[in-house]
Amino acid sequence: MIPAYYHTIMTFTCINILLSLSIGVLAGYAGQVSLGHAAFMAIGAYASAMLTVTFKVSFWLAMPAAALVSAMVGLLLGVIALRLKEDFLAITTMGLNFIVIGVLLYAPYFGKALGIGDIPVPMLFGEEMGRGMYTALCLALVAGVVAAVWWLQRSWIGLAWRGIREAQDVAQVMGVNIAKFKIFAFVISTAIAGIAGSLYAHFLLFITPYDFGFPLSIQILTLAVLGGLGAIRGPVLGAILLTILPEYLRFIQDYRMLTYGLLLVLVMMYQPQGLFGHKSFLTEGLKRLFGGEEKIRGRAA
Amino acid sequence: MDVLLEIQGLSKNFGGLKALSNVDITLKPKEILGVIGPNGAGKTTLFNCINGLYRPDSGVIRFEGRPIQALGPDRIARLGIARTFQNIELFANMRTMENIMLGRHVHMRTGIFRGAAMWGRRSFAGREERAHRLTVETIIDLLGLQAVRDKLVGGLPYGTQKLVELARALALEPRLLLLDEPCAGMTAEEKQDMIFWIKDLQDELGVTILLIEHDMRMVMDISDRILAINFGRPIALGAPEAVRRHPDVLEAYLGKQERREPAA
Repeated sequence: MIPAYYHTIMTFTCINILLSLSIGVLAGYAGQVSLGHAAFMAIGAYASAMLTVTFKVSFWLAMPAAALVSAMVGLLLGVIALRLKEDFLAITTMGLNFIVIGVLLYAPYFGKALGIGDIPVPMLFGEEMGRGMYTALCLALVAGVVAAVWWLQRSWIGLAWRGIREAQDVAQVMGVNIAKFKIFAFVISTAIAGIAGSLYAHFLLFITPYDFGFPLSIQILTLAVLGGLGAIRGPVLGAILLTILPEYLRFIQDYRMLTYGLLLVLVMMYQPQGLFGHKSFLTEGLKRLFGGEEKIRGRAA
Repeated sequence: MDVLLEIQGLSKNFGGLKALSNVDITLKPKEILGVIGPNGAGKTTLFNCINGLYRPDSGVIRFEGRPIQALGPDRIARLGIARTFQNIELFANMRTMENIMLGRHVHMRTGIFRGAAMWGRRSFAGREERAHRLTVETIIDLLGLQAVRDKLVGGLPYGTQKLVELARALALEPRLLLLDEPCAGMTAEEKQDMIFWIKDLQDELGVTILLIEHDMRMVMDISDRILAINFGRPIALGAPEAVRRHPDVLEAYLGKQERREPAA
C-alpha cells in the first residue's frame, strides 16, 4: 500500500505536467508566451467545481466541460493575441490573470474569497474514487495529453506552429494562415490547462481564487522553461523535477520562490534551451549514458 | 497573348517617399525577367507588393487574370507564387528537411483535424504524405542538399542557406518564383551553380521567374528581358543588351560625372 503522501505528490506532479505541456504547446511550439496561465487553470477548476456542486453534474461530464469553457476563453484570448506580439501579449495575459482572479473574488456567484467547498469526490462504478484510483486517472490523462501533443507536434500543424514561432512573416509567405494556427494553439493549450484545473479542484475538494494567482502563472512558465520549451520531453521532465525536488528540499520550503528564481536565472544563463532541451548538458549526458546517439541517428536516417 | 503576371500602374509610397510609381510589368509564362536598379530603387518593394507583404497605394496586380493586390501573403502563396529573400529568412532552428517541408504547406490538407496527419515517420505517413515526402526528396536531390538534410539550417554555410531557401520556395511548386538577389554574397563558384539551377528551373520545370540581382553579368546572362528601375520609376524594359546600353540606365548606375561601381 502506497502512503497517501506519495499519491498527493504524484497527483500534483500530473497536474503540473499538464500545465507545463499546456505552456509547451503555446510558447514552445507556437511561440506565444503566456504570463497568465493560472487563469485558465482557475477557469477549469471553477467550471468543474460549480458544475458538480451547484448543478450536480457528474465529474465525468464536468471535466470535459471545464476543458471546453477554458478553451472558449482561450479562443477569445487567441483572437485578441492576433493583434499583439511578444512582450505586449505577455503583459496582456498577465492582465487576464488578474481579471479572472478579480471576478472570482468579487462576484458573489463564485463564492468570493471563500471559494467553493464540498466539491464531490469523483464517482467510479457507484463508489467514490480512492486516492490510488484518482492518481491512476491523472496518469491516464497525462498519457492521453502527451499522446495528443506528440501527434500534433508530428503533424503539419506542429510544423506550421514552429514556422510561426521562428518567423511569422516568412511562414505566412509560405502560405501559413497565421490567425488560424495561432488561435488553434491557444484553444489546445487552454483546454489542457482547464483539465488540470478540474483535476486540481476534485483532488483538493476546496478551491479559492487565491490558489490561482499570478505567482502560479510564473511557476507554470518556470516548469516548461526550466525543462526546455518546445519538446514534450522538456516540459514533462521539468514539471516532474520541480514538483518532486521541493519535497526532498523541505528545509528550504520558505525559500521556494527564491530557489525558483535562482534556478531560472542560472538555467537561462547557462542552458537557455532548458535542462532537457536540445543539446543541453543533461540530454547529452543521458544520451552518452545510454548510448542513445547511434539509435537516434539510425532512426532519423 | 498568354500572360501570367500583369502589373498596371503600381505605386507604393512610404510617407513622402515614392518607393514605386506607376510600374507596369507583363510577364509571360516560362519567362525570366531580371529587375535591376541601384540600391533603394524599389526592387524589393516591388516583390513585397506582388507577394502581399505590402498593400500597394494604387495599381492592379493580376496573376493568371485574377487581381491579387488586396490578398494577404498566405492567400497569394496558395495561388502559386513563392519567393526568396534578400537577407536569408529561414526557420533557423529547424532542419533543412523541415524547412523545405514547410514549403509544402499550401499543398497540405490543412483543415485543422485532417491536417494532423503524421509526417514524421515513414511508417505512419499516409499516401498523401508519402507523395509530399517524395517531392521534397526530389528537390533535395536536385539541389544537392542530401548532406545537410537533417542539419539545423541556422548553422549551415551562407551559400547552402541560400540554396535551402530556394528549395523551400520550390517545394511550393510555384508557377511564379520571385528571387531576391539569389547570388548576393556568394563566391564565384557558388554563383555559377546558382545560375545553373535557375536555368534548369526554367527549362525543366517551366517556372516563370522574376529576379532581382546586382551582378550585372549574371543578370544579363540569365534573363530573357530586363527591367531597370530607379527611384521607383521604370526607366527601361527590354532585351538585356538594349537595357544595358540605355542612356538612362547608364546614368542611374554611373552618374552624370562621377564614376561609380555598377555592382555596388
